[in-house]
Amino acid sequence: MNLFPPPPADLSRRRFVQGVAIGGAVAGLGLLRPSNVWALTNPGHPTVLSGTDFALDIAETPVNYTGATRLATTVNGGIPGPILRWKEGTTVNLRVSNRLRVPTSIHWHGIILPFQMDGVPGISFDGIAPGETFLYQFKVRQSGTYWYHSHSGFQEQNALYGPLVIEPDGPERYPTDRDYVVMLNDWTDEDPERIYAKVKKQSDYYNFAQPTVPDFFRDVREKGLSQALAMRKMWNEMRMNPTDLGDVSGYTYTYLMNGTAPTGNWTGIFKPGEKVRLRFINGSSSTIFDVRIPGLKMTVISADGQDVEPVSVDEFRISVAETYDVIVEPQDERAYTLFAQSIDRTGYARGTLAPRQGMQAEVPAMDPRVWLGMQDMMGAMSMGGMDHGSGHAPTPGMDHAGKDHGSMAGMAATPAPVVRHARTEYGPGVDMHVDMPRTNLDDPGIGLRDNGRRVLTYADLHTIGGPIDAREPSREIELHLTGNMERFIWSFDGVKFSDAKPVHFNSGERLRIVLVNDTMMNHPIHLHGMWSELENPDGQFQVRKHTINVQPAQRVTYAVSADNPGRWAYHCHLLYHMEAGMFREVVVS
Amino acid sequence: MKMHRRNTSTAPHRSALLAALLLALPLAATAQSAPAASSTSSMDMSSMPGMDHGSMPGMPMPAPASSTAKPAPKPSAKKARKTPTPAPSTPAFHDMDGMKGMDHSAMPGMDHGAMSDMSMPANPATSAAPTGDMSGMDHSSMPGMSPGAMQGMDHSGMAGVDHGAMPQKGQGEMTGMGAMPGMAMGPMQGGSPPPNARSDDYSDGVAGSPIQGLHMHGSVPVGMLLIDQLEAFHGRDANGQSWEAQAWYGNDENKLWIRTEGERSRGKLEDGDLEAFWNHNIATFWSTQLGVRQEIGEGPNRTWAAFGVQGLAPYWFELEATGYVGPSGRTAARVRAEYEMLFTQRLILQPEAEINLYGKNDPQRRIGSGVSDVQFGLRLRYEIRRQFAPYIGVNWVRRIGTTADYARQDHQPVLDRQIVAGVRLWF
Repeated sequence: MNLFPPPPADLSRRRFVQGVAIGGAVAGLGLLRPSNVWALTNPGHPTVLSGTDFALDIAETPVNYTGATRLATTVNGGIPGPILRWKEGTTVNLRVSNRLRVPTSIHWHGIILPFQMDGVPGISFDGIAPGETFLYQFKVRQSGTYWYHSHSGFQEQNALYGPLVIEPDGPERYPTDRDYVVMLNDWTDEDPERIYAKVKKQSDYYNFAQPTVPDFFRDVREKGLSQALAMRKMWNEMRMNPTDLGDVSGYTYTYLMNGTAPTGNWTGIFKPGEKVRLRFINGSSSTIFDVRIPGLKMTVISADGQDVEPVSVDEFRISVAETYDVIVEPQDERAYTLFAQSIDRTGYARGTLAPRQGMQAEVPAMDPRVWLGMQDMMGAMSMGGMDHGSGHAPTPGMDHAGKDHGSMAGMAATPAPVVRHARTEYGPGVDMHVDMPRTNLDDPGIGLRDNGRRVLTYADLHTIGGPIDAREPSREIELHLTGNMERFIWSFDGVKFSDAKPVHFNSGERLRIVLVNDTMMNHPIHLHGMWSELENPDGQFQVRKHTINVQPAQRVTYAVSADNPGRWAYHCHLLYHMEAGMFREVVVS
Repeated sequence: MKMHRRNTSTAPHRSALLAALLLALPLAATAQSAPAASSTSSMDMSSMPGMDHGSMPGMPMPAPASSTAKPAPKPSAKKARKTPTPAPSTPAFHDMDGMKGMDHSAMPGMDHGAMSDMSMPANPATSAAPTGDMSGMDHSSMPGMSPGAMQGMDHSGMAGVDHGAMPQKGQGEMTGMGAMPGMAMGPMQGGSPPPNARSDDYSDGVAGSPIQGLHMHGSVPVGMLLIDQLEAFHGRDANGQSWEAQAWYGNDENKLWIRTEGERSRGKLEDGDLEAFWNHNIATFWSTQLGVRQEIGEGPNRTWAAFGVQGLAPYWFELEATGYVGPSGRTAARVRAEYEMLFTQRLILQPEAEINLYGKNDPQRRIGSGVSDVQFGLRLRYEIRRQFAPYIGVNWVRRIGTTADYARQDHQPVLDRQIVAGVRLWF
C-alpha cells in the first residue's frame, strides 16, 4: 500500500462529461465492419478498448447532468466506463488502478472466472487499496454482452460501471450490420450514503405517487364506496403501499442511456434495411426499466449474454444487472425513439436510432403507474389457478376480492408447490409471508400486463443448446426473499448478511435453488461465478442467466452446477437492498 | 403534556371529535406477533398469548367492504421516524442497562390497572376506573397477562384489543384455509414459525470468508432527529411556543430513543419533559421502549421510570403507549396516536390525539388521578421538501376529572382551543 495516497482525482484525467449539453455523439458512423461500430458516449474519448491487455484507472471525474457539478467515480474518465471488448478463448489482463482515497474494486458481472478474479472485497479478494493497481487475469470462456461495476460501497451508484462485449470464438450466430451497446443507468446528484440513510428513516421518501384522499373519492365516484374501500382494505391492514414499485425514483434520478441524459438524446445511426444489434445493459443501482422502440419490432436473441431462440416482441422489462440483445431492422428513412421508462414511471432514459445525426422521433408519454396487483401480494392465491396463470390475473385493486373458497378449491386440484418458510422468517425484519406463491413465468409483471403490446416474459426465453449440465439436481436449497419495507430491512430468510452464515455448495454437485419472494417488490438475484439455469414451473430447463428477477409473491427455481470452487457473492442486485442485507456468501468446496 | 398549563375556552361539542378519535384507536392496536426466538434478556414474548391472531389482516379473500373497514383514504404513513441527539443527562433510577432487567420485583409500585387501560383506550367507560385501582395490582383484571413479565403487561393490552377489534375474522378464515388439502397456510404477516419450518442455515459448518473489507450497511447504525412540532400557539388567553421532537440512533434491532415535548409561555418554560429509552424491535411494526422520563418546567420536576410500546397499527395509525412509575408510588400513562392523510403528495393533514392518565392526585402540579387530560390536534403541512414542512393547525386541550376541578379552582379554563403555526423538520 502506498503511504502517500494520490490526490483524489488525477487532474490530467479529469474530464467534464456534459450529459445535458453534449449528449452522445456517435463516432462509429461509416465504419464498415459491424463489430467495429460502437456507440461512443464521451466525445473525444476512446470508449472502446479491445484486445487482451487493458489499463483501467478509477478516479473521480466532475460531471454535470442536472445543472450542478458533481464528482462521479469513473473508469478512465467516462460514464459509462469504456466498452471492453474481449474475445472468447483469450486470456485477458486487466490492470485496475485506484486513484481514489478509498478502496475500490471491479466485478466482472456474469463472467465465469476463478473466484480470486471476481472482484468482491471481503469475499474473494482484499479490494484495491488507494494508490494500488490490481491485475485481473483470467481466460475468457464465454461470449456475449455483460458489464462490469464496482463492488465496493455505493461506488456503483456513483457511475463506476461499464459494458463488456465478448466476441464469440466462431462467427456470430446472428450476424448484423451494426452493433450498439445501449447501457441504462440511474444517476443521482445525491450522495448514495444519504439516499440509504433517507430510506432507512422514511422508506417512502422518494415515492411521490402515493394514494391520496382525492384518489379515494375518485374511486368512490367511479367504483362505489364499497369497492373503493375494498381496494384499500388489505393494503391498509397490512401497512403496505400499493405504489411501492421502487425505493428510489426519478425524484432524484436522472436516467441515462449510454451516459447521456434524455435531453442529450444519445443517437445510433443506421441505414434503412440494415440489421442493427442493440445490446441493452441495465447498469442501474435501483431502477428496473421497460424498454420499447415505437414503430419497431425487436427480436430478442440473447439474454444475459447467452443466445436464445429468437423471439419477436414490442417491449421488454430489463431488471437491474440483466442484459438483453435485440435485433431491429428499421426499413424507413426516419428516426425511432429508444424509450426506457422506469418501472415506477417517474422518468425515462431515451435515445434515438436515426439515419442521420440530429434527427429525432416523438417521445411517447410514460404509461400510467398502476397499483400492485393481488398476485403481487398473494401470489397464486389471487389467481384462479396455479401455474396456468397468465399475465392476465387481476390488476390493481381487489377485483377478485369476493372470490374465495371457490377458486381455492380449484387450486387444490393442482398441487401447489410446498413453500417452507424458515424459522427465522418470523422476526421484526419480515413484513409478510407468501404461502402460495405464483410459479408461472409468463407474467410480464406489474405495469406491463395487458398493455396491448407483446411484452417479453421469462417464458419466452429458451437458451439455445439447453442446459450446460444435464444432470437432475440432487438437492434443493430454498431461500426466501424477505424484507420489512417500513423499516427498510432486506434479507434472505429474514436474516441479514451481517447475521448470516455462508451457503455451502458441494463442489461438483448439481443443485436446485428455490427462491420464494415474500415481498411485494421485484428482486434481481445474482449468483457470482456460476450460471443460474432457470426452470419452468414443471422443472424443465428454460433459460440460462446470471441474474434472475423474481417478481413479487413469485416462486422460481433454477439449477446450478457447483463447478467453480471458491467464495462467491450471492445477492439482490438492487444496490440498497444488497447493502441492507439481502446478500449471502456462497462457498463452493 | 403540553396542555397542563394551557388555558381553555369552552366548547363542549369539541369533545365529540376526541371521542371519535378515541374510538379509532382499538383498531390501531393490533400488534404483530412477537418474534419467536425473542431476543434480549427479559423480553419474554412467549408470554403473549394470542398475539398472532390479528396479524392476518384480510389475507383470505376479503369480503367486500367489511363494516369495520375504516373509511380511511389510504394515507401511506409518511412517518418520518426519529433520530439522535446527545443523550441527555437523565437522573434515572436505573441506567439504561438496568432497565433491561426491569421486572415487577424491581418496581413494586407498578400499576397494572393503569396499563391495561392505557392499552385499551377504546373503552371510554373505563377511563375513570383506574382511579380506584391505582394502588393495587390487579392481575386478574388483565386477561392473558403473565404475571412477572413486564412485557406481558405491555402487550396483553394490545392482544386484548386485538381480539376485540378483529373478532373471529382472522381466525375463522384461517381455519377455513388451513383445512384445505395440501396447504399449510399461515398468517401473511407476523405469526410464529410452523412446526415444519426449515432452518435458514445452509452452511454445513463452513465459515465465512476470512478476508476483511466487505462493509455492508445492514448493521450500521443510523440516526435521525425529527422535530415534529415546533410551533407558536395562540390560545384563548395564553400565547406561547411549544415543541415536540424525537431523536434516535442505532441499528435495526436496538436504538437509543429520545423524546421531548413542552411549551413556553409568558417568556418562560412552563411545562415539558424529556424521555430517554432503549428502543428494541420486537415485531415487524412494533418496538418496546424502556427508559426514564424527566419533567422540566414549573412545579416539582419528577423523574419517572418509563416503559411502553410504539409502532404502526393497521390502517397506518402510529401509536405510542407508555406507562410511568415515579417516586412515592406515583404512576402515569400516556397514549398517543397519529395519522396522516395525503391531500396531495405534499399537502398532508395530520390528526394527532393524546391522553394522559395519573394514578394519584398531584396537587402541586395540579394534576388529578385518572384521565387528566385529552388533546386533539389537526395540523396541515406542506412538504416543501420531505425534511421541511411548514404547517398551520388547531389544537384542542381538555382537562378531565379532578384535573379539571383543579383548573376550575384556579380559574383556569377546562377546555382550550389553540391556533398553531409552525414547522416540521427532520435530519
